[in-house]
Amino acid sequence: MSTSATPLPPAASAAPQPPRPVAGQRGMRSALEEALLPPLVALLIALVVGDILILTFGESPRQVYRLLIEGTWGNPYGLGQVLFKATTLIFTGLAVSLGLRAGLFNIGAESQLAAGGFAAAVAGLTLAAGTPAIIAIPLCILAAAAGGAAVGAIPGVLKARFGAHEVIVTIMLNFIVLAFLNWIVAARMAVPETLHTAEMRAGTVPRLADSMGAFHGSAANWTILVALAAAGLVWWYLERTRAGYELRAVGLQPDAAEYGGVRVGGVWIRAMMFAGALAGLGGINQVLGYKHYYEDAFTGGAGFLGIAVALVGRNHPLGVVLAALFFATLSQGGLAIHALVPKQMVEVLQGIVILAVATSVPEVRRLLRESAARGVR
Amino acid sequence: MTLPPASPAIARAIAAVGVVKHFGSVAANRGATLDVAPREIHALVGENGAGKSTLMRIVSGMFPPDAGTIHVNDRDVTGWTTDAAIAAGVGMVHQHFMLVPTLTVAENIVLGHEPSRRGVFDRARAVKDVEALTERTGLRVDANRRVSSLSVGEAQRVEILRTIFRGARILLLDEPTAVLSPPEIHDLWRILRRLRDDGATVVLITHKLDEVMDVSDMVTVMRQGETIVRTPTRDTTPAALARAMVGREVALAGATAVAVGAAPAAPIPFNPAGTTQNRAISRDATPLSGGVRAVSPSAPTLTVRDLVVPSARNVRAVDGVTFTAIGGEIFGIAGVEGNGQTELIEALAGLRRATSGSIHLGAHDITRDPVRTRVDHGLSHVPEDRHRRGLILEYSIADNLVLGAQHQYSRRGVMDRDRIAANATERVAAFDIRPPDASLPARALSGGNQQKIVIAREMKRNFSVLLAAQPTRGVDVGAIEQIHDRLRAARAEGKAIVLVSAELSEVMALSDRIAVMYGGRFVAVVTRAEATEEILGRYMTGAAGTAGGAT
Repeated sequence: MSTSATPLPPAASAAPQPPRPVAGQRGMRSALEEALLPPLVALLIALVVGDILILTFGESPRQVYRLLIEGTWGNPYGLGQVLFKATTLIFTGLAVSLGLRAGLFNIGAESQLAAGGFAAAVAGLTLAAGTPAIIAIPLCILAAAAGGAAVGAIPGVLKARFGAHEVIVTIMLNFIVLAFLNWIVAARMAVPETLHTAEMRAGTVPRLADSMGAFHGSAANWTILVALAAAGLVWWYLERTRAGYELRAVGLQPDAAEYGGVRVGGVWIRAMMFAGALAGLGGINQVLGYKHYYEDAFTGGAGFLGIAVALVGRNHPLGVVLAALFFATLSQGGLAIHALVPKQMVEVLQGIVILAVATSVPEVRRLLRESAARGVR
Repeated sequence: MTLPPASPAIARAIAAVGVVKHFGSVAANRGATLDVAPREIHALVGENGAGKSTLMRIVSGMFPPDAGTIHVNDRDVTGWTTDAAIAAGVGMVHQHFMLVPTLTVAENIVLGHEPSRRGVFDRARAVKDVEALTERTGLRVDANRRVSSLSVGEAQRVEILRTIFRGARILLLDEPTAVLSPPEIHDLWRILRRLRDDGATVVLITHKLDEVMDVSDMVTVMRQGETIVRTPTRDTTPAALARAMVGREVALAGATAVAVGAAPAAPIPFNPAGTTQNRAISRDATPLSGGVRAVSPSAPTLTVRDLVVPSARNVRAVDGVTFTAIGGEIFGIAGVEGNGQTELIEALAGLRRATSGSIHLGAHDITRDPVRTRVDHGLSHVPEDRHRRGLILEYSIADNLVLGAQHQYSRRGVMDRDRIAANATERVAAFDIRPPDASLPARALSGGNQQKIVIAREMKRNFSVLLAAQPTRGVDVGAIEQIHDRLRAARAEGKAIVLVSAELSEVMALSDRIAVMYGGRFVAVVTRAEATEEILGRYMTGAAGTAGGAT
């Protein structure tokens, strides 16, 4: 991204910079530009293509987009559904972006999410009925994190110990873990005639609708606060802690990190465990906040969509939250516009946004270049 | 050989006039001129950063000049593309090979111009074409071998073959000998002469004057982006070229610098009774056993015994090295690149496992310690490649200034931002890092200022032993002096310094004792007083070490 002359609003003060090590205005501005421009351009491209698609169906783009907004942000139920879908996506988006910051492509958020949901449900089933929420909920949340971390740790350890590429391992693990959970639920734990477990005895989280009636009918629940807290925590971890300093160093230049006394393999394991834990936490939205049981295949691709969320969010926790809201809006909006155009249209739009952003994100370009170079070496 | 007279009737193979090229605020070329006659081997020499590679890349079409003109074969080609350059017969052989290791030699050479039959790759014809080419040029490589199995010298031959296969009649070679062993260099010269005699034109970038004298017909000297001298090789001397390169009488300790092995070497003045290897060890063993030097027991030392270190290609890249560096001395390691220096330093720094032998830092056995433990025991390390190892280019100057010491700049796992900022302010000022804004990413700085970050970090830390690998590589003259001063000051404070440099002049200017590394071994260790360029040069090229003396 060249330093174009795009007239962004001038920074607050035009006074000469004090000679303190604070971010220079120019550095700040071009960093902002680099962070925001690709997603915005991608959005623009998607809108143009969307217009064309809508026109081929003989509908008016304006009409369709109005429906899309009305069906999502335009009414409390739609908004609640957007928040509900965004909650899971925040977790899986953070899981993918944390891996990317360490230079690892975590394709395994889907199975980490499932494992987290399963562990949360098992915890809720194991607890005695009537366990106070103040104990039960944190325990279930911890279980979700632990379940995801266990699945995430595997590719980390295999990479650190044997150099196994995390992309291959996480993809394979998706099949293994999902199949295992399918088997154990179907064979051992399912309520007869269903593919889900019994209801948890403790640890459920109330819905927003319970205190704000307007959200009635939507699945939105208070686990969204956990998601926002997780995003803040990830930011703090990456930018303020020594472990975060080392993790980012490994992601940018593993050789330099090694020179700086960082045990690169250890960082890989830690990063994948944390990523797994974050994805696993996504399970509480569905299990603690909505269904109150583990249902086979509840993930529905939210783990994979986490990749898109991380890319569009530029691997920044705040960006991930915004991107999660965006993709949740598209997903919910697809249902709202179904009357006029097939809801698959929003999937096409999603695909275009992902493609456009992915090709313009420096991290992705670097990863691609490096794995190409590795293949050649 | 006679030089073509500068008559207008004879085409100039390359005529670059008044070439200016800026990269950001750095002027790589400022009015550089290059004049190459057809059918000559033309050496382009200059210090690191003199603008040689930039000029060659402009000629080969990799980027256009900001000002000036380029003529090739008397045609104005200013600002052309690499494709156009290749079509016109200008080919560049890069310092870093650009080959596909999993393909065979023949496949690599025809890549991009694959012969095919009915749309299918015609392997047999590719092999035949390549074999015909190797026959014609004398560049012998088995066309069916995989590139991954080739030695560096063979890989380079493939690069040259590929360039010729694409029709190059003007070959630009960027520091082709940096990774070659002396016999391979010898082969290369033979090949280049043969190419010239067949009508090709060769431009050879180098900063080694013995190579210039060996092989070139004409020589152009560049300094700080400008052309200083153009002269027939036979009319000049290494000393004169060195003077032109540096811009002053080379007043560094080694008066004639760089002129290694240019003149036929005099007989080696010392002739150890045993092998030179024995001599190296016995000389080194002395301080160990407590004689000769008056070493206070508290003086920091780095003691290395029988160290064997593998590399990817060679299980004994370091092949049994023993030495001691004592506080208050600079222990220089000279040698042609690729003779185990990199592996040795990485093993000392904890970045590469030794297969046998031991490393002691003072009384601590650090042979198996991780990097951080070594740092805490007082080891500092200026790595040879600042872009790969020494800096995290996206990190701010301030963050880079604590790399390796991040555990000392954090409290309960949280980075101590105030101390990091204070540290940055102090070091940016002390080492004159420019621009003096510690929030800028290291990427935004010039090479010299980037190196200052590394030096500032490693030399301000509380250390007893410093490993300095190529500390002035790619750094401008002013910064070189500053870095040398810092090294001398550290010596005066009683630190032990191990200096590795590809520049013999640098090793000679700074070191108290000098080891010559060849083939993974120390083939000689001499005091500064005993060392001359001639002696070291002969050991460096393996001419002396193996036979225990001169021819």
